[in-house]
Amino acid sequence: MLNPNLKLNEKMFDEKVDQVPIRQGFGEGLLKAGEENLAVVGLCADLTESTRMNLFAEKFPNRFIQVGVAEQNLASVASGLATMGKIPFISSYAMFSPGRNWEQIRTTICYNNRPVKIVGSHAGISVGPDGGTHQAIEDMAITRVIPRMVVLSPCDAIEAKKATLASVDTGTPVYLRLAREKTPIMTTEATPFKIGEAQIFWHPPAGGENPKVGIIATGALLHKALLAAKELDLPAGRQGKIEIEVMNLSTVKPLDEKALIMLAKKTGRIVTVEEHQIRGGMGSAVSECLAKNYPVPMEFIGVDDQFGQSGTPEELIEHYGMGTRDIIKAVNKILRR
Amino acid sequence: MEITDEKLIELKERANNIRISLIGALITAGSGHTAGPLDMADIFTVLFFHTLKHNPKKPDWPERDRLVLSNGHICPVLYSTMAHAGYFPIEELKTLRKFGSRLQGHPHRDFLPMLETSSGPLGSGLSQAVGMALADKIDHGLTNQRRIYALLSDGELECGQSWEAAMLAGKEKLQNLTAVVDRNNIQIDGYTEDVMPLESLSDKWRAWNWHVIEIDGHNIEEIADAFETAKAIFGKPTVIIAHTIAGKGVPEFERDYRWHGKPPNKEEGEIAIKELRTLGGKIKSEHQ
Repeated sequence: MLNPNLKLNEKMFDEKVDQVPIRQGFGEGLLKAGEENLAVVGLCADLTESTRMNLFAEKFPNRFIQVGVAEQNLASVASGLATMGKIPFISSYAMFSPGRNWEQIRTTICYNNRPVKIVGSHAGISVGPDGGTHQAIEDMAITRVIPRMVVLSPCDAIEAKKATLASVDTGTPVYLRLAREKTPIMTTEATPFKIGEAQIFWHPPAGGENPKVGIIATGALLHKALLAAKELDLPAGRQGKIEIEVMNLSTVKPLDEKALIMLAKKTGRIVTVEEHQIRGGMGSAVSECLAKNYPVPMEFIGVDDQFGQSGTPEELIEHYGMGTRDIIKAVNKILRR
Repeated sequence: MEITDEKLIELKERANNIRISLIGALITAGSGHTAGPLDMADIFTVLFFHTLKHNPKKPDWPERDRLVLSNGHICPVLYSTMAHAGYFPIEELKTLRKFGSRLQGHPHRDFLPMLETSSGPLGSGLSQAVGMALADKIDHGLTNQRRIYALLSDGELECGQSWEAAMLAGKEKLQNLTAVVDRNNIQIDGYTEDVMPLESLSDKWRAWNWHVIEIDGHNIEEIADAFETAKAIFGKPTVIIAHTIAGKGVPEFERDYRWHGKPPNKEEGEIAIKELRTLGGKIKSEHQ
């Protein structure tokens, strides 16, 4: 059942569930951050509307800087602004920032300890028809490896808005991962959000059996993980009902180690789900934590060492093995291990 | 601000002492760069002892001018000048590049927080200076008094990012920004015009809406005048292309690109220090 304490969207399993692009939440969050804090500035590399930074740019033209198609400059100019007390948000497609400008992010932002917020839109394979060049599926790996960086991967537009606002005051560099397409709204305005805190979105009803598998998901694929948990909760299946616990891990760094270890102890089996390369991504981060603290069998849902291609988001998610069916398969597989 | 005769003598002497100290630091370090630090000593001297608005006793003074060293590898001259200006003891220069030293091989703010930026990888310093200048423009528009200085090498202008930054500064009309290019014509692999020709350098900057001043980078008065002129330029950033002699001050090192990235050994260093102490033999009374 959905965790009642988190005040989640109860209509999330309806066919007509509200769908909003995660990047829209960022745009609204940045606008609000700009209203609340005069130090907030926005910089973009010729993708102002795509990244939804246009909402901020239109309201605060004096605090918006258009740098053109120059992502390396984007990162380092933001570092300079932060040196003078500004809180810069820089936006582009994730493939170009933090993709193209990784060294500038490492040296001029993180090594320099400047609180620049790197907003990578169009992350994941579900970017769709644009094809593999524009599908960033390595971005969490290359950002989480840099010291001082906080890595956020919100599950829906509402959480993205909260993550944007929470980023303002961390005093650290932050990478905020956004997606292009419309995805189901799972949270509500009332759902709590805190950087560094994982949340159990789905668990067996009170007094029920102990969960047998823990699914940890990040980003919009969390919805597919929840659909899988709901389906496995039905007694109709061949092996009967399987109790699952599903965690939303929207802070990929720093990891909520306590919550991860608790989930591993409770379930004894972990499946991770992310729209990212398996190597180096969120699942890798989870395994680094659990291998050290409480090793349990794991399965990894993600892209298996390949590049993407053109297609609809749904086609691509299925093709690369990240759909609800694949998650159910992984659960069944891990139960047999 | 005009330079008096007394000031001129003082600045020349300081530049010489800064060179002597940095050679000493390089000898102890056993690695590091020699040519660039020597050829930028005059410009660093004018900045820290004449032009910059700063306070070595209060390095975080909010109103200070900002100085970004983009080519971090010439930090021996930055450290030596800072020490002579009173930021830290001159004695500390002996710790250059040693474990636990505040004077890292390339500047790092974690170790020496009074630095405006950490640097080393080439091509990103101008961008950071542009960001600083933009912050002041956002807050104060054209009335801002504070200046942002970016010190660049010529070789790093081969990095595309340098020109990304130049374009943005020109577009934003950052009149509060002064860049200095150390035009010493050398880089690690050889002479710049062999590795990757940069000329016509001044035309390139002008094309991005910069005001260009070309100077002799060892003439103290020309250096000081150029910084003053830059303050009077309206609606454009200024770049000072400083023609320098790589390894300036030590004839054995001058104009030779092989001194870009290596330190003198003890013997070479002692000869260099003697050259500097006697101003190339002009002072005969130097103790042998």
